[in-house]
Amino acid sequence: MIKNMTLGQYLPGTTLLHKSDPRTKIILTFLFMTFFIIINKYYQFAASILFTVIILIGTKVPVKYVIKSIKPILFIVLITGVVNLVTTKGSTALDLRLFKITYEGLDITIKMALRLTLIMVNASLMTLTTTPITITDGFERLLGGLKRFKIPVHEIAMMMSIALRFIPTLIEETDKLMKAQASRGAEFDQGNIINRARSYIPLLVPLLVGAFRRAEDLAMAMEARCYKGGEGRTRLRQLKFTNVDIHVTIIFAFFILANIILTISLK
Amino acid sequence: MNNEGIELKKVYYTYKSIREKDKNIEAVKGASFKIKQGEFVAIIGRNGSGKSTIAKLLNALILPTSGVVYVNNIDTKDGELLWEVRRSVGMVFQNPENQIVATTVEEDVAFGPENLGIPSQEIRRRVDYALEKVGLTKHSTHQPTMLSGGQKQRVAIAGILAMKPDCIVLDEATAMLDPVGCKEVLRVIKELNDKDKITIINITHHMDEACLFDRVIVIDDGNIKNDGKPEDIFSDVELIKNLGLDVPQIIELFYELNKCGLNLPLNIVKIDEAVEVLGKILVK
Repeated sequence: MIKNMTLGQYLPGTTLLHKSDPRTKIILTFLFMTFFIIINKYYQFAASILFTVIILIGTKVPVKYVIKSIKPILFIVLITGVVNLVTTKGSTALDLRLFKITYEGLDITIKMALRLTLIMVNASLMTLTTTPITITDGFERLLGGLKRFKIPVHEIAMMMSIALRFIPTLIEETDKLMKAQASRGAEFDQGNIINRARSYIPLLVPLLVGAFRRAEDLAMAMEARCYKGGEGRTRLRQLKFTNVDIHVTIIFAFFILANIILTISLK
Repeated sequence: MNNEGIELKKVYYTYKSIREKDKNIEAVKGASFKIKQGEFVAIIGRNGSGKSTIAKLLNALILPTSGVVYVNNIDTKDGELLWEVRRSVGMVFQNPENQIVATTVEEDVAFGPENLGIPSQEIRRRVDYALEKVGLTKHSTHQPTMLSGGQKQRVAIAGILAMKPDCIVLDEATAMLDPVGCKEVLRVIKELNDKDKITIINITHHMDEACLFDRVIVIDDGNIKNDGKPEDIFSDVELIKNLGLDVPQIIELFYELNKCGLNLPLNIVKIDEAVEVLGKILVK
């Protein structure tokens, strides 16, 4: 059961976004997120939603994946929504004796929910169209300049890619350990939360020890294959900006420009 | 002139203990031997005999406490040429899972050449070549978790091949494999030795596997106990057994038959030869 967990949730495809360089996608996603935080008018939100839907169709990502990506933030949206509804002062829309719901509160709540959802959906559209390893590569290249400030960009990227490499292995191992412990009478889903947490200790200890052993083996194997850090290292896959990136950037720039013009003309 | 290959001269290696009260462990005690370029060698010895330590000495993963290890005339203690040593002597380790670095097969094979700073087009060529050599071209974009143990070890071999090595050391690389995976790996290294003249040093405790090699070095207690052709090595059944090792099945059989009064030669390791010998006796 645990094996079915998908990682990095990448969906293979051949659309514009799939083909564009990870660096383009990372930068545009960040720009977009900033944009969603700045905007404050409903027509801007409407335009953003429309554009997101267009991208969604363009990437051919099934809607259920997008809904799945929103799930983890639903809770946050709900909490912030309730807090905003209860605490915002202004003209009363509904009096519930204990507290008042104001028009201003409603306004903030809706906008916050839209903001968070838009950010989440767009971020997951990036991860759905890019393999985790290319995202790592993209980050390494984008942040390469930080090496000058003694920030170990290559090392961090290497750690990330090794983590990605070993997640399936460790999941498999967890599965094996769980079965081994269960066959000796361990119960993982019985009792209250403290008992349950306690029952995971015999699982976590061997997993951790095993992970350290693996790390040691891997370090030796890497050294044996001449690994000496990022200095002077070349790559099999070179990241290249192509026409696809220009297309994608133009589309995004068009959207943002259109929004700016719309905002100015409506003032 | 032909001094290429690997040479150990009176090599000692001691594992320093971390705590003072523990004793230091002397794993290798004055081992000397020479392996010429293109040889097909098996190293055998029981657990703790120091054979894995010797493997790590061969590509400067560890440096001898005293004595010298030469790889193609380079002293492995020479820090400047360390990467040249590690490039020319590749290592395949026991656990197939723990030596694959990247998330796809081809990226992993590219890891070595990437570290050497080779231009990406050349890496591409080498990766394709190496994967073809080990017969995994079809799997180039697969995830390592989807491969069998034997395939993973072949990926590890390809990763070494992409660095254009002179020698491949397999440190019990077949110990965790099923018989099929084991055969695959042995077939690949035999081919690499035959066609590309790459030195193969296979550290193993499968005696039947050791019989497939041209030369067998027996190690016990950190030193060389015997060195020669497999049929000569194993015909000294008493010595092998005293070292806590098994002899190959055929020799075991002949040895036991001899105890019952037969007089069979003990220098036979190939099945067809054994069949012939037994056939003659049965005809009598």
